Amino acid sequence: MTQPNDMLLNLAGVCKHFGGLAALSGVSLHIKRGEIYGLIGPNGAGKTTLFNVITGLYQLDEGTFNFDGSDYACCKPHVLAQAGIARTFQNIRLFANMSALENVMVGRHLRTRSGIWGALTRNRAARVEEQAIEERAHELLRYVGIHRPSNTLAKNLSYGEQRRLEIARALATEPKLLALDEPAAGMNATETESLKELMKKIRASGITVLLIEHDVKLIMGLCDRVAVLDYGKKIAEGVPEQVRNDAAVIAAYLGTDSPRPHAGEGQGVRVSE
Amino acid sequence: MKLHRPANRHLLLALALLVLPFVIDALFGHGWVRIADFALLYIMLALGLNIVVGYAGLLDLGYIAFFAVGAYTYALLGSPQFGLHWPMYVVLPLGALFACFFGVLLGAPTLRLRGDYLAIVTLGFGEIIRIFMNNLNAPVNITNGPQGISSIDPLHVGTFSFAGQHELFGIGFSSVHQHYYLFLAFTLLVAFVSLRLQHSRIGRAWMAIREDEVAANAMGINTRNIKLLAFAMGATFGGISGGLFAGFQGFVSPESFSLMESIMVLCMVVLGGMGNITGVVLGGVLLVVLPEVFRHGAGPLQQALFGKIVVDPESLRMLMFGLALILVMLWRPAGLWPSTQRRRELMPDESVAQQEQDTVYDSAK
Repeated sequence: MTQPNDMLLNLAGVCKHFGGLAALSGVSLHIKRGEIYGLIGPNGAGKTTLFNVITGLYQLDEGTFNFDGSDYACCKPHVLAQAGIARTFQNIRLFANMSALENVMVGRHLRTRSGIWGALTRNRAARVEEQAIEERAHELLRYVGIHRPSNTLAKNLSYGEQRRLEIARALATEPKLLALDEPAAGMNATETESLKELMKKIRASGITVLLIEHDVKLIMGLCDRVAVLDYGKKIAEGVPEQVRNDAAVIAAYLGTDSPRPHAGEGQGVRVSE
Repeated sequence: MKLHRPANRHLLLALALLVLPFVIDALFGHGWVRIADFALLYIMLALGLNIVVGYAGLLDLGYIAFFAVGAYTYALLGSPQFGLHWPMYVVLPLGALFACFFGVLLGAPTLRLRGDYLAIVTLGFGEIIRIFMNNLNAPVNITNGPQGISSIDPLHVGTFSFAGQHELFGIGFSSVHQHYYLFLAFTLLVAFVSLRLQHSRIGRAWMAIREDEVAANAMGINTRNIKLLAFAMGATFGGISGGLFAGFQGFVSPESFSLMESIMVLCMVVLGGMGNITGVVLGGVLLVVLPEVFRHGAGPLQQALFGKIVVDPESLRMLMFGLALILVMLWRPAGLWPSTQRRRELMPDESVAQQEQDTVYDSAK
């Protein structure tokens, strides 16, 4: 169907156990370049575990992990960041006591090189680089729509701005795949709407987006393709329309009349509007 | 001359630092210049520890071990102990290098540890080094054990010895004066390096690790290397300071490198203002000078007031030290002279008030 190099991320048969608990059992994901790929599922379905495997925070126990044509199974987070996977966190993890600008500047770390010697001598190369870092950071702050004085401490930003700052920081690493872990959590309708615009803008700039979300409406309106996880297994994948009408998905979210083997309670999330 | 121009201010500061030993000498006597020398050594230590604790946020309770490594390197290579008398410009860098090596040696196994656990391991490391120095006199006598190493060569370059009397432009410079200038030069160098590192790509990476190691790693910072670099840089400064200490003192023994010393240096960093170079320098000066003031002042004062010594000045010194610590932590939790960042962090300021207003506004919308 698609050429292999159309695929940015290929996961096959990924398993992850925590003791006796199989958080992921045999999950396969294929993310194409330039799409917004949604990952949904009830609480405890393994979304964040999968996410942490993709970003190197957890090492996978079984399966293959191919990103942009190379194998990255069991790599450390900074190696994956270098390869081009950047992420945000479900519970915001900014550098709280650094300014908004500095937060983004840290994101430039892996695309810049000046070391101790450059810092001590402030030679031409180091100064030019430092200036470029700062300019790019200012640019990114504007890009995500933070119009505060750039020396505002990250923790003094509003909640919505902190979410955006995380995205700016991730974008600073020049990712090929931007992985967002529930970016709209706790946002009001207006904020969610502008976040949606931002994600479209990011996709238009050529960055592939992987999105975990609880807000099914947002996922359905935004994603090109969606995968649904339940109890560590992928139960459906496809375009939003297809997934929305999938019997297994409806069962996972709303429950069925006949009890399922591990029937979890419904999340109260309506799949269809 | 306008004082608010930075260039003029720097010039004034430089002049003040240059004439300081003579002012101290004239006002308080020779012994106090010696105390100023020690203050500079401690400031160097505090600045080194500031990189590990203040910038990278790694709580190190065994920092004095690197001071010990530097001091013993100098002592072993420049004393009758082995009959080696290597020049200062070889031994000092070598001491720094060894200390750096030990910094990495300590850093490597502790990379996975954080907070309290790291503190405990570093504390253990500090004690290990001290106990090694104490016991390396058998079966082969290396460190001379608890007796320590004495008659260490004075700091010297060629035939110029910092311990001798010299005269320049008709002004007599004694040993303590010359050491003051030597230590001042090294302190300024260390301060310069700290300052440059703070505002650099590396410094930002350290601070990112201090703030959130997981996020820093996810943003592509190789936390292992950057943390090791912090340990190595901090240890190097400790090693330099140690070498200078050995040459100045002429004698080293393991008891100079007790846990108490590590705590003292940490207190300088924390009391002065973690992460801020001026604050750390202030902390160093205060914690060296104030105890001396007590040592010299408490006895005579009690004599005058009560006619006898009621409390041993030495105990009183520790008592006041503890009191000062508590008071500072109560009233200035960010340190006496905090970095602007930590000040913003610990005090409600306009931006916080502004944000609260915005939140109210947002929710009303």
